[in-house]
Amino acid sequence: MRLRMPFGRKPNEFPSHLWTQCPSCNEMLFNKQLARNLNVCTKCEHHFRLGARERIELLVDKGSFHEQDAALTSGDPLGFTDSKPYPERVAAAQTKSGEKDAIITGEATIGDNPVILAVMDFEFMGGSMGAVVGEKITRAAERALAERRALVIVSASGGARMQEGTIALMQMAKILGALARLDQARLPYVSVITDPTTGGVLASYASLGDIIVAEPGALIRFSGERVTSGTVGEKLPTGFGKAEFLLERGFLDQIVPRPQLRERIGFFLTAFRAASQDLRWSL
Amino acid sequence: MLDRITGTKRTVEGNGHLPVDANLITEPAQLVSRVSAWEAVQAARNIQRPHTLDVIGRVFDRFNELHGDRGFRDDPAIVGGIADLDGRPVVIVGEQKGASTEENIARNFGMPHPEGYRKAMRLYRLAEKFHLPLITFIDTPGAYPGPEGEERGQAEAIAQSILLMARLQTPIIVVILGEGGSGGALALGVGDVVLALQNAIYSVISPEGCAAILWRSPAEAERAAKAMRLSGPDLLELGVVDALIPEPPGGAHTDHAATAAAIRTALAAQLAKLERVPAADLMSARYERFRAFGALEEPGVTAPPPAPDSWWRRIVKRAGS
Ligand SMILES: [Zn+2]
Repeated sequence: MRLRMPFGRKPNEFPSHLWTQCPSCNEMLFNKQLARNLNVCTKCEHHFRLGARERIELLVDKGSFHEQDAALTSGDPLGFTDSKPYPERVAAAQTKSGEKDAIITGEATIGDNPVILAVMDFEFMGGSMGAVVGEKITRAAERALAERRALVIVSASGGARMQEGTIALMQMAKILGALARLDQARLPYVSVITDPTTGGVLASYASLGDIIVAEPGALIRFSGERVTSGTVGEKLPTGFGKAEFLLERGFLDQIVPRPQLRERIGFFLTAFRAASQDLRWSL
Repeated sequence: MLDRITGTKRTVEGNGHLPVDANLITEPAQLVSRVSAWEAVQAARNIQRPHTLDVIGRVFDRFNELHGDRGFRDDPAIVGGIADLDGRPVVIVGEQKGASTEENIARNFGMPHPEGYRKAMRLYRLAEKFHLPLITFIDTPGAYPGPEGEERGQAEAIAQSILLMARLQTPIIVVILGEGGSGGALALGVGDVVLALQNAIYSVISPEGCAAILWRSPAEAERAAKAMRLSGPDLLELGVVDALIPEPPGGAHTDHAATAAAIRTALAAQLAKLERVPAADLMSARYERFRAFGALEEPGVTAPPPAPDSWWRRIVKRAGS
C-alpha cells in the first residue's frame, strides 16, 4: 500500500506496531490513542474494526458481563479439507486469537436492562458462522426466553462457514427458530450490524431485529463484491452496500456512532420495558 | 452414469421407522452405487430435468397460479398457487428454472429477487390462514446476487422467509428438485419433512464459488463439490434431508412422468402422516429438527447435544402412533 507521508518524514518514523494510517483520511494515528478512542479515527471518525472483547466492554454496564458457553468448539461434520484440514484451520485461528470461535456470548446489563449479549469477531476465520456460532446464538436466545431478558447480537461476518457445508447453512434455520419464539414471547431483540456483515449472517439474524442499527461506513451486503461484479458485471452506484445506503433504502433504523451505542441500545430497551405493563422481562 | 435404485419398496420390517407406503430412500445403503459429487452437480443442473411447473402439472390437479408480492412485481423465478393433491387442496410455492435459454432468461435462471421471496411469504401466510398444507419445491442456483436485489433487501427477504417458515402453523413438506443454492434455497426450505430427488444437490455456496475462495480457482469446482458433501446420499447421511425420492434409472431428465409419479407417491404418504400430528407437536418437532444440526465439542459439559433423530421417530413418537 502506498503511504502518503507528511512532508519531511521518512516511512520508518511510523513503525506499524506504534502507528496506523487511517484508510479514510490518511492521518497517521498513534495506536494507543486509537484504542483509547474505541478504534475510531480521531480526525475523521472512520470506524476501524473492533474485537469482540473490546466491543463487549464498550457495550455493557461496567463489570456486568458474565460469559456463557465459553467451552464450545467446532467439530468437523464433513471431514473437510482444502489446502489443509478444517480442524487445523480452526486450531490455527484459536492459537492466533486466543478465542474458541467467532462469537462470544453471555449475560449482562445495558443501561440497567437485563440482556443476553452475543458479539461476533471478524478476526476469527472471517467471523464465519458454523455450528458454534449457531449453537451459541440459539442458546443465547433460549436463555433470553427462559429468563425473560432482551437479546442483543452484534454481527461481523463474511457469512456461513463453507467448511461446515449445509450444516452451516442449517444454523440459519436453527437460530431463526429460536428468534421466532423470542418474538412470540414479545421479548426485544436488537441487531447491531458492524463492518463487515455479509452472506448468510445478513440473510438471517442480522436483518431481523425489532431494532436494527449499524455503525457508520460498515459494509453490509448479501453478496460478496466478487460475486456481484463477477455474475452481473454492472457498475455499482457509489456507497453501494454501505450502511448509509441501507439506511436510505429502508433496511436500517439508524446509523449509530460507536461511542453512542451503549446509551442508544439502553434507550430502546428501557422504552420497551416501560411501554407495556405485561412485559415482565425486567427482572 | 446415474445410480440404479434398489430397495424402493422396503417394508416396515426392514426399517423400524420407515412408513410402509413410502417409496423413499432413507438409508444411503439402499443405493446400489453412488454417483460422484460432480456427476450429481451436472444432473441437478441438467436443463432437461423436470422443473417446478412441469412437476406441479403432473403431480397436482386443478393448479391455479397466484401472482405477485402485492408490493413491487411478480417475480417469474418463483411460482406458486393452490392445487389439489388427491382431492385435497394444498398451497404450492417453488423456484422456477427454464427448459430453454429463452425461458431461462425470462425466469432469471431460477434466481429469485426479493419480491419473489415476498410473494412466497404471502402464500405461506395464506396456507396458514386457511389451514392448508404447504408444499415447496427448491430449484435455484441461489438468490439473485445483483444490485437490484441488494437495493430491495435480498438478505432481509430471505431472513423473513426462513423466520416465517420456522413459525408457520401448518404442515410443510419441502422437496429439493434440482439445485439447492444456499440461503436462496433455505428461504423455501424450513419444513417438517425435507425430501430431495436422488440426484438433487444442496450446498452453502456453489462449488465454483467455494473453489474460487478456498482453492483460489473456479477450476477446482469438482474438488470443492466433493468436499462440501452436497449430493443426495451425503445430505441423507448428514440428516439435512429426511429421505431421497428415487429417480428413474437414467435420471429424472429421461422420464418426467415417472419422476413425477414418485414425487406424488411420496407427497401423498407424508401429507397423510403430517395431517394426523397436532399443531403444537408439529411446531416443536420442526424446532427440534433444525435445533439439532451441528457437530460440537464442549469439554467439561457432561451431556452432549443429542444426535439428530430421524424425522419419523420424532413424529411417530409425538403422534403416539
Ligand atoms: Zn481518519
